[in-house]
Amino acid sequence: MKRCDKLVDAGRRAFFARTAAVAAGAAATVTMPSSAPRAAPSPALVDYPSSKLANVSELQSDVPKDVLYPDADSPGVLLKLGHRVEGGVGSDGDIVAFSTLCPHKGFPLFYDAGDKSLSCPGHYSRFDPEKGGLQIFGHATQNLPQFRLVVDSNGDIYAVAVDELIYGRLSNVLTA
Amino acid sequence: MAYKRNIDRLPIPPKDAQVHNVVCHYCIVGCGYHALSWPVDRQGGMQPGQNAFNTDLTKQQGTMATAWFSPSMYNIVKQNGRDVNLVVMPDHDCVVNSGLGSTRGAKIAELSYSTVNGTQPERLTEPLVWRYGTLTPTSWDDAIGLAAEVTRRVVETQGEDGLIVSAFDHGGAGGGYENTWATGKLYFESMKIKNIRIHNRPAYNSEVHGTRDMGVGELNNCYEDAELADTIMAVGTNSLETQTNYFLNHWVPNLRGASADKKKAEFGTEPIGPARIIFVDPRRTPTIAACEAEAGPANVLHLAINSGTDLALFNALFTEIAAKGWVDRAFIAASTGGYDAAVKANHTTIEQAAQITGLKPEDIRKAAEWIAQPKQGGARRRTMFAYEKGLIWGNDNYRTNQALVNIALATGNVGRPGGGCVRMGGHQEGYVRPDYPGGKPAPYVDQLLIGGKGGVHHIWACDHFKTTLNATEFKRVYKHRTDLVKAAMDSVPASDREGQIKAIMDAIGQGGLFVVDVDIVPSQIGSSAHIVLAAATSGEANLTSMNGERRMRLTERYMDPPGSALPDSLIVARLAQALERSWRAAGKAEIADKFKGYDWKTEEDAFIDGYTKNADGGQFVTYERLRAMGTNGFQEPATGFQDGNIVGTKRLFTDGKFKTPDGKAKFAVAEWRGLQAPGKQAEKDKFRFLINNGRSNQVWQSVYLDQHNDFAWDRFPFAYLQMNPQDVAELKLNQGDLVEVYNDNGSTQAMVWPTPSARRNETFMLFAYPTGAVGNAVSKGVNELILPNYKQTWGNIRKLADAPQVTRHLSFKSEEYKLPS
Repeated sequence: MKRCDKLVDAGRRAFFARTAAVAAGAAATVTMPSSAPRAAPSPALVDYPSSKLANVSELQSDVPKDVLYPDADSPGVLLKLGHRVEGGVGSDGDIVAFSTLCPHKGFPLFYDAGDKSLSCPGHYSRFDPEKGGLQIFGHATQNLPQFRLVVDSNGDIYAVAVDELIYGRLSNVLTA
Repeated sequence: MAYKRNIDRLPIPPKDAQVHNVVCHYCIVGCGYHALSWPVDRQGGMQPGQNAFNTDLTKQQGTMATAWFSPSMYNIVKQNGRDVNLVVMPDHDCVVNSGLGSTRGAKIAELSYSTVNGTQPERLTEPLVWRYGTLTPTSWDDAIGLAAEVTRRVVETQGEDGLIVSAFDHGGAGGGYENTWATGKLYFESMKIKNIRIHNRPAYNSEVHGTRDMGVGELNNCYEDAELADTIMAVGTNSLETQTNYFLNHWVPNLRGASADKKKAEFGTEPIGPARIIFVDPRRTPTIAACEAEAGPANVLHLAINSGTDLALFNALFTEIAAKGWVDRAFIAASTGGYDAAVKANHTTIEQAAQITGLKPEDIRKAAEWIAQPKQGGARRRTMFAYEKGLIWGNDNYRTNQALVNIALATGNVGRPGGGCVRMGGHQEGYVRPDYPGGKPAPYVDQLLIGGKGGVHHIWACDHFKTTLNATEFKRVYKHRTDLVKAAMDSVPASDREGQIKAIMDAIGQGGLFVVDVDIVPSQIGSSAHIVLAAATSGEANLTSMNGERRMRLTERYMDPPGSALPDSLIVARLAQALERSWRAAGKAEIADKFKGYDWKTEEDAFIDGYTKNADGGQFVTYERLRAMGTNGFQEPATGFQDGNIVGTKRLFTDGKFKTPDGKAKFAVAEWRGLQAPGKQAEKDKFRFLINNGRSNQVWQSVYLDQHNDFAWDRFPFAYLQMNPQDVAELKLNQGDLVEVYNDNGSTQAMVWPTPSARRNETFMLFAYPTGAVGNAVSKGVNELILPNYKQTWGNIRKLADAPQVTRHLSFKSEEYKLPS
């Protein structure tokens, strides 16, 4: 499978190259005051807040819960899918959360429990929360940004990071 | 898991970022974009005064934001030898797309060549020549010199018919006026090459000879007509996927009733309302689902015909409309000929058509009403007819095309606001060439190659291994013939040029074929080539094209080509000059002189030599004027230059004068004759499944780059085959399984996508995919003008393998959008 080997290799190269680019870009964002040699270097990734979204006891299968992360201007959805999925958390491994701003043009996605999908009324893009937000059909050039979740011993669910750029912001965490 | 970039912020364009005009080079629609670029070591800031958008970027941006770009719209590229940040984002002021970006065009930046970010690492950067058992980088002079020497000798021994050419004829990437002119000048003026074919079909022909022979050029309306129509009739076109932003920005507003103000302004007191839409397609497409959501199911009529029976339906509609008198008699009398003869010859009752098409008679009647029944008060109904590959690559192309145009002419819907009878298109257009020296029908080039004809094959951005019919046999013969030459070249030291040429010519004498392939990425047919020449693409060179409403724009050069890659026009110039030298050295000065006139230094020189001097209205068009007119450009043909603007033509045929000797459009006799292409009916009788095939939103006209893009390739590692779930179960298949599609023509592979809307025994396979070419199983049967019939293909299906790893993380849910319940 020469073809597959090449693909894997190409993907790996692209990943490392991009990671390096992000790091370089981030370093360049430091505005270095001439009189502040003690300033610490800026981290390579944005610092995400850890935000409590809900407690596992509040969730029912296929009943979406609106959430906000990483701030009040970034709506998302917390879903208990009813079966274990890759990236799912909780004792059943079935809890996931996604941005609900369509990564095409920012229209609000809605959840259809019928086939467990998220759809956009703006231009009909569709995403699969059971498959990491894979775009089933549509116009975005990203799969749906997923909120990384952790669950503590009390069953509190926290969002701690995002895996794609959220629509409408050039930094996932906005600072004045 | 789905592919994720894990990019959480992007560099901000500074206020003084350079801005270039860009038109998306993938599909026909030609959406407007802007390329912003700035040095890689600089950046803008979040405050309005600090960024190119003059926007407070500390705030979340709203829907349809002008100040947001996705990671795929960003890259680091070379510009005049230096690394720059690049953002290519949709232009909100372009009337074509109004800021919308498709999933293809919004990846222009990411699909660019970047040595920093490692995108498109496969791009060809230098000329390659077959040496030491592989394709080896070399200099331009070396590669072009060998190409010219072999080409000249083949022409000397076989005549010009020994040079076979495959070349783009369109606009956008792999085409454009500069490059169609350059190739046309070389092959039709300096030489008189008859054995030439186009990228997606096996001869040098129009896909729409039918309408042209009636005097009705195929791109005769404007995109605004889709906002003005009472009814849109969409035949074999899946516009949400394949003319995405034309559909979203111009069809949908009419379906929603949002273009009412435009209609009132245009039509005054004439009754208006939201559009109704008719689809003719054996398959339920995502476009139909979207229309139902927007217009309501009552305003969408899907005529799910038996595959290939469009002609019978059109003739029945024509007959019904004529019988009801819902025709534009004044227009027919003043501007057409042959109406009565066509009505008589094409007479088809609704019941006859229902039997052939499998439709209900009442649905055919309803379609006739929606198309032509006069509106309240007697006003003529405005109907726009749109068609594409379902008709073009379908049964009896020529007559079916004509049967549809008959309806448009009869109802007076050509050259009028809210009308038009138009192909929807694939690539942009960009054709300006000297006349083709061959006949009509043109030679069936694939059959010549399969039959051992020709000694040298020049290929310009074509990949027949993926995009031809009868591809299994084509590949088998082609590999054999080109391998003969490879073995010959391997037998002589590369530095012995005369020995190499002698070995090549000997191999050609024994049935071998020498191949010169020009492309931007390694293609599948290029693996058989002996010389590969690296071309530049859109944005790496200035490039002009026109879209589906004849809107001509200039995409400016905003980045460097990879390595020493050149625009096709300048590759042509080098090849022509090398041919001149070769003929002169051979003592044939008379022939050598035919290759003068290629002293172009830039692509603009080729544009001036070609478009300005030869296109209709070309004398009004310059790069400078186009640059000033931005992404809106003008609609061809140009008719003047006033107040700093090129004056264009919004619609064709508004004066009722058509492209015939007497200026009258000709109605056509187009009788139903079943499955026309030889062998199709027998294939249908023998094999169980219809292997309908076509394109998809995700990789439409962009797969040559998308195959090297992580996001796109992650979605479709294989061509998909949509099948009815009961058929899937019956064959003991599961989603994502690999299956073989096979018949007597050949075989190919696809991954199974159970699709409830697919009819039993009717499948749909992604066309022209790198990991599964449906053309392998398409018969060589063509129409009388050598148009292929890809759509009517039948085959059987059997399992190759359980779902491999790369398909297991995919979603096979329905593509159809449904309103929230």
